[in-house]
Amino acid sequence: MKGMTIIVKTISSWVKVLIFLFGIYIILFGHLTPGGGFAGGVILASSYVLLMLAFGREFVEENLPLPVASKLDCLGAFLFALIAILGLVIGGSFFVNFLYQKYLPGEALSLISAGTIPLSNIAIGLKVGASLFMVVLVLSIFRPGVSGNEKE
Amino acid sequence: MAIFYILLLFIIIAAIIAVETKHLLSAVICIGAVGFGASIMFLFLRAPDIAITQIVVEVLGLIILIRACLSRELTFISGPREFFGVVVSVAIIFVIFLAGIKVFETLPDFGIPIFAEAPEAASQTYISQGLAKTGAANLVASVILDFRAYDTLGEATVLFTSIIGATVILRKKTKKLLEDPDE
Amino acid sequence: MLYALCFLLFMIGLYCAVVKKNMVKIVIGIMVMEYAVNLFLIMLGYRIGGIAPIIDKGQLESGTDQITAGFLSSSVDPLPQALVLTAIVISLGSLALMISICIRTYERYGTFDITQIRRLKG
Repeated sequence: MKGMTIIVKTISSWVKVLIFLFGIYIILFGHLTPGGGFAGGVILASSYVLLMLAFGREFVEENLPLPVASKLDCLGAFLFALIAILGLVIGGSFFVNFLYQKYLPGEALSLISAGTIPLSNIAIGLKVGASLFMVVLVLSIFRPGVSGNEKE
Repeated sequence: MAIFYILLLFIIIAAIIAVETKHLLSAVICIGAVGFGASIMFLFLRAPDIAITQIVVEVLGLIILIRACLSRELTFISGPREFFGVVVSVAIIFVIFLAGIKVFETLPDFGIPIFAEAPEAASQTYISQGLAKTGAANLVASVILDFRAYDTLGEATVLFTSIIGATVILRKKTKKLLEDPDE
Repeated sequence: MLYALCFLLFMIGLYCAVVKKNMVKIVIGIMVMEYAVNLFLIMLGYRIGGIAPIIDKGQLESGTDQITAGFLSSSVDPLPQALVLTAIVISLGSLALMISICIRTYERYGTFDITQIRRLKG
């Protein structure tokens, strides 16, 4: 997949940073305003897809190759399961919001509140973003006729 | 209420065009219009969370769909049209449609949610005690990550599995693997 | 009446998924069905004159942390929204899987037509 003209490359390299920041904002404030982990994760993935469309696939593959994205995906899923099991160990039952009920209630309507809900949002956002970026990368690597199996 | 009818009519017309046209690229663009109209409708139905998610998912879905039909433009589907099969399918679908209309009379009217008529519904607890029990101001986030966190765990598993499936199907086998199967 | 229009959208998707012969058209029919189901679930929870289920300063009693009775009686249902949020992201995952199958089949057989894919290869 080749890149585009120089105007598109310049503008998209500025805009990509803004989109990435917007995705992080939607994930972090998921318990106060509409959004949450899923929408923020998809926005993070689409910022990298913008870079892939403007600069070509090889440029993005040097910076975030496929094994690294796969490991980020697994890390997000593992973090989510870890929060659930910590709830079992500390709180008494699976997925208990142990931070809100025992340690850190915080005040309502501020950033540090609602216990483990922001942490779960971050884990889910990481997982969804890495998964969707991996899918678009694999779809663009695949070229018909390059794979080894010719007609039998 | 008129805005809902206008948006639904727009969505239905776009869906009919997407189904009947012979150009694959036009069908993909009409699917984009359907998703866009659905996102605006979610905004009017007072669901801002869903509207944000629907629009970004729509954009990524369009990119994936266009990737499938960009250099493989199969515009005209040739072959004899099976007239009898189409008529039978349309008749069965029409019968199901009429049966479904009968079922909708048991639901409350549009505009009265179900939990307003049942005082022991789960949503009463979610609304009245969501802030006190979880501390989150966004009630939908408190539902998916605290009251019903198992569903989110299941969803993460399903997404993980489907992405692994897609990655494995589109793998390139090198010639070296085919020549020495013992290594 | 609005429910009937939503059901009509579902039937259009079902017709496309059953009758058409092009593989990408079948995928498009499945996607239209998914949109119709999500719309229907959100329409079930709507209240005329309702507000979104998000609490901010205006909905709290002044000074305390209790929510006003006005919010209780005028908010829409948050439960269908939680279910549909999950469903939308799952539909994207299943779309990726279906398209990867379509691309692989095209590379193997050279066509998207399902009546010409007949050889079960061993």
